[in-house]
Amino acid sequence: MNFLDIISSLLLFAGTFFAFSGAVGLFRFPDFFTRVHAASLTDSIAAILMIAGLLLQTSFDLNTAKLIFILVFLLITSPTASHALAKSARHGGLLLFTEKPTKQGGTNQDD
Amino acid sequence: MNLILDYYNYWIVVFLMMTGFYIVISANNLVKKVVGLNIFQTSVFMMYISMGKVAGGTAPIVVDDNTLYSNPLPHVLILTAIVVGVATTAVGLSLIIRIKRAYGTVEENEFEHEDDAI
Amino acid sequence: MIEWIDLILLGMLALTALRVIFLKDLFAVVMLFGIYSFLSALVFIVLDAVDVAFTEAAVGAGISTVLMLGTLALTGRTEKENTHSKLLPILVVSVTGAALIYGTLDMPPFGNPDNPIHQHVAPRYIEDSPKEVGLPNMVTSVLASYRGFDTLGETVVVFSAAIGVLALLGIRREEDNNTPESGFKEHRVLQIVAKITIPLVILFALYVQFHGDFGPGGGFQAGVIAAAAFILYGLVFGLAKSMAVISPMFLRYMAASGVLLYAGVGLFSMMQGGNFLDYNLLASDPVAGQHYGILIIELGVGITVFAVMLTIFYAFASQTERSNIQ
Repeated sequence: MNFLDIISSLLLFAGTFFAFSGAVGLFRFPDFFTRVHAASLTDSIAAILMIAGLLLQTSFDLNTAKLIFILVFLLITSPTASHALAKSARHGGLLLFTEKPTKQGGTNQDD
Repeated sequence: MNLILDYYNYWIVVFLMMTGFYIVISANNLVKKVVGLNIFQTSVFMMYISMGKVAGGTAPIVVDDNTLYSNPLPHVLILTAIVVGVATTAVGLSLIIRIKRAYGTVEENEFEHEDDAI
Repeated sequence: MIEWIDLILLGMLALTALRVIFLKDLFAVVMLFGIYSFLSALVFIVLDAVDVAFTEAAVGAGISTVLMLGTLALTGRTEKENTHSKLLPILVVSVTGAALIYGTLDMPPFGNPDNPIHQHVAPRYIEDSPKEVGLPNMVTSVLASYRGFDTLGETVVVFSAAIGVLALLGIRREEDNNTPESGFKEHRVLQIVAKITIPLVILFALYVQFHGDFGPGGGFQAGVIAAAAFILYGLVFGLAKSMAVISPMFLRYMAASGVLLYAGVGLFSMMQGGNFLDYNLLASDPVAGQHYGILIIELGVGITVFAVMLTIFYAFASQTERSNIQ
């Protein structure tokens, strides 16, 4: 097991940890917005760490280029998806769990 | 353990098939029935692909000689079936939209006693 | 180790399907169905069916979810309480399921290379197709060459599905400009990101189309991916702008021309003195002829699938806009 393999497995392990904590957060957090935050953890930091770990396993050929493309694409699209979700939830009148419903409407319901 | 590993895929296929079948016969809402049909359909796909798998094999794309490949034939059949499946699902969903427009409902027990509105 | 991944993914698949039964919120049912499709794509990868997984991820999680959501926008998102007794369906399902489980015990064991399915035509495809057809991807060889007639039939089925949807729903072009504002109209971030990604997705679709001979991909997947790019455009910028880019009438010509291109290759090979869809006669060298034949018919499949998927989306989306006005 050489040096690159150790670094790669450390990165993969860290990525799995963040993916797992994102999954736990999805269940445990109190309202929609915090859950979106937890879910976006899995496809931002976890994906970056895992793809970085996988990059070290390639022999710098076509697969490396493909993985970098996947990473760039994920970094553009997944924050946008989280942003669109949160914005449309806010637009639809969903409130944070700390806020109280006002006269203008807005509900405090879960999911 | 060997018995489980030998037949686990087929048992899950039967379970998924029966889940889809149950949704089709028990659900009242037509959109949910279509989802049930799709689950049923995917279980059939899963059965074909499971049969094509060879233990220790790899995807049927030539890398070099003396490699064990899985059977490519089920892949071909299912690949086309998936695209045909979404096309037929679209026809089913458009029938549902027409039913909604004609009867004002997509709940099965509400429109089946009505007279023909079309 | 790989068996465990298979076991866990299939278990998750079963749980997802089970959850669909008890949910009354149809929006959640459709979302669960998208998850179900992605999970089954993962199972297909574990079972070595990379081409199938590719198709399932693009079709099941992309197009069918959009179509079902479009239907829900018209029919309402909750299922009403069912008064029927659940006893009879449960009985029927358990008896049928028990019979089928009993039947599976007679199946050959999973993954055994000596199973009957691997004895008949599969060795011929695996051993001879790289020499006879000259393509590394055996799935493409079998799809487009050995079973080309079958694939022509499937393409025609997809084409006739578009005819069915058009006959049932039709596409209404909104001439007046009082269409309701799409929820995404104000969404600057989404619009900019869509503008960046749509060309990349179309480029990827072209790669999948023409690289399908060597890796996973082909006309079916490429058509669906290209259609998904235009569906994204329609969702973010509104249906009217999307119809200005590709008009529904042009799509009808495209769908028909794809099928004609496919059948035309067959007729051309008949005129060369061979059988229908016999690509060996398309060029002086049989293997080069196979290459030309597969390239052209995959292009025909891609054009038809793209046009059909986008036509179906236009039909559903114009229904939704129409009901919003009323």
